[in-house]
Amino acid sequence: MDTILQHGLTGISLGGAYALIAIGYTLVYGILRLINFAHGDIFMMAGYFMIFAFANFPWYIAIILVLIATVILGVAIEKAAYSPLRNAPRMSVMISAIGVSYLLQNLATYLFTALPMSYPEIPGLKKILIIGNLTASLVTFITPIVTIVLSAGLIILINNTKIGMSMRAVSRDYEAAQLMGIKLNTTISFTFAVGSLLAAIGSILYFTDRMMVFPFSGSLPGLKCFVAAVLGGIGSIPGAVIGGFILGIGETILIACGQSTFSDAFTFVLLIIILLFRPTGIFGEKVIDKV
Amino acid sequence: MNNNVKIKNIRNLIISLILILATFAILSFLDSNSDEMGYAISIIERSLIFAVVAVSMNLVNGFTGLFSLGQAGFMAIGAYVTAIFTIPIAKRPSVYYINGINELIANIEIPIPVALILGGLVAAGFAALIGIPVLRLKSDYLAIATLGFAEIIRAIIASPMMDKITNGSYGLKGIPAFNNIYEVFILSFICISLMVLLINSSYGRAFMAIRENEIAAESVGINLFKMKELSFVISSFFTGVGGGMLAMFMRSIDSKTFQLSLTYDILLIVILGGIGSVSGSILGAFIITAGKELLRFFDEPLTIGGVNIPLFKPGLRMVVFSILLMLIVLFWNKGLMGGHEITYDNIGKFFKNLQSKLRLKQASNNKQTIKER
Repeated sequence: MDTILQHGLTGISLGGAYALIAIGYTLVYGILRLINFAHGDIFMMAGYFMIFAFANFPWYIAIILVLIATVILGVAIEKAAYSPLRNAPRMSVMISAIGVSYLLQNLATYLFTALPMSYPEIPGLKKILIIGNLTASLVTFITPIVTIVLSAGLIILINNTKIGMSMRAVSRDYEAAQLMGIKLNTTISFTFAVGSLLAAIGSILYFTDRMMVFPFSGSLPGLKCFVAAVLGGIGSIPGAVIGGFILGIGETILIACGQSTFSDAFTFVLLIIILLFRPTGIFGEKVIDKV
Repeated sequence: MNNNVKIKNIRNLIISLILILATFAILSFLDSNSDEMGYAISIIERSLIFAVVAVSMNLVNGFTGLFSLGQAGFMAIGAYVTAIFTIPIAKRPSVYYINGINELIANIEIPIPVALILGGLVAAGFAALIGIPVLRLKSDYLAIATLGFAEIIRAIIASPMMDKITNGSYGLKGIPAFNNIYEVFILSFICISLMVLLINSSYGRAFMAIRENEIAAESVGINLFKMKELSFVISSFFTGVGGGMLAMFMRSIDSKTFQLSLTYDILLIVILGGIGSVSGSILGAFIITAGKELLRFFDEPLTIGGVNIPLFKPGLRMVVFSILLMLIVLFWNKGLMGGHEITYDNIGKFFKNLQSKLRLKQASNNKQTIKER
């Protein structure tokens, strides 16, 4: 019983980090209909930013710097690689996204070498807590709470503010939104900023647990989080959160059963199953193909 | 009219013969001087192998319009099957010295061409299985799903359960190499020709109809799923053969050879050459492979006048390469060929256009000088 709870806790914590990244995918996909392949690598770069910020500043300033730098990176990628292709076929935009991801990985290999670098310990986050028979570090307990608070905040932002309303309008029909006087580029940039911010927070929580950053540490989590977003219904924030938790818990269970080889495979099998039986995900809206 | 076509056909035949002779002259020159030209030969062999894989990726991505990113996985299957069945039996104990070898495959050694075809067939079989669920997905979902499967294949190959077959994470060594450059050339020539024949057949037209508009294609009686599956399976077959050739070229492989970045390299070739152009892909394979070698100086430390330029260190080459990829995607997304093919007619037209453009320019220059007078 205790081991089950212990693994459950790890799974929920991993799921929380996944959920934060998955929100970034779901937001961008909702607006641009684009899998932002670079999102996982933005998350990886946030890890490296933390290593360097932490070496030079106290931890609270370092965290803020990392958040700002990641947001700038995300918006810069949008401006440089996606906005020139606004009217291009979808395949070109997707190839551009793959190109950015490739570039970021190679850039990280070039700048920081391919060897893993150790992630700094933020004071307090690694403190071991013992509740009953469960032992886990503080970050394990914090992650799901942070995830839920942030996603609740995001839902409020999207439903109740002006910028949120314009995001919804753009995702529904961006041409009509433009005619209504919504500034398309500002809205899209804002979306990328929010997505990158959440990826940065997710990266702090994820890497504090893993303690290692290397140039490819973003690619597989990135793919998994996209699957999480699809699982929950792309475009839906609660869906992304729940998808993240399902993936995190499922993976941890498989690892606990000694099937760590198939923990990655699990994600993609899940993707196929969900796309075959419920292509719009758990919370997705039904889309009708028009001729 | 008829006469004209006949003359053209004869002309094309003559040009083709000359080209074939020229190619074999170059190849025999390279082969007879293989000691000095070893570097050039290895670049050409690698280019040819990548050309096969790039054309097969183009078949599925460019001609059928399915955005598949599973190439590395299928190459891995082809490479491992070829390697397992062609490593000389005498050498096997030293290759599998850590985990031992499964008794079932320990004493089977098959001729290389058969092994290559078997590698392709196994890859195609996996593709057929994967294709049934995956090909129902739309563009970006398909990309993610195929990418995921490639990663799964890689994970399975490296997993401890496969230790006695794939030698786990230690990889396989001692794969027999090609005897000479002719073998590589002829193999890749056959593979690419078969794919070109397929593209020009009625199946190829059906693929292109699907690419242009699925619903319209379906309404003229094309069985969408069957055609997509066919394209995917055939492409994977040749990708598997290409993987087997790569294994023979490299002589030692491990699961890290077939990472995602391999797929991205092939994608880069296809995009540079132009999506939907076979000759573009071949050209792209040569340019990218040769370019990667030429840009090797980026990775070496550079000193100018005794000062070490800190910018040049390992990894810069790939950064430059990925920036190039981005520039092509952003500013030149048609690639070299932009969906056209290199044919004798097109080359003739190209030069005629160039000539008439030059003439026009000259004429306008003349006019200007007259006016100025």
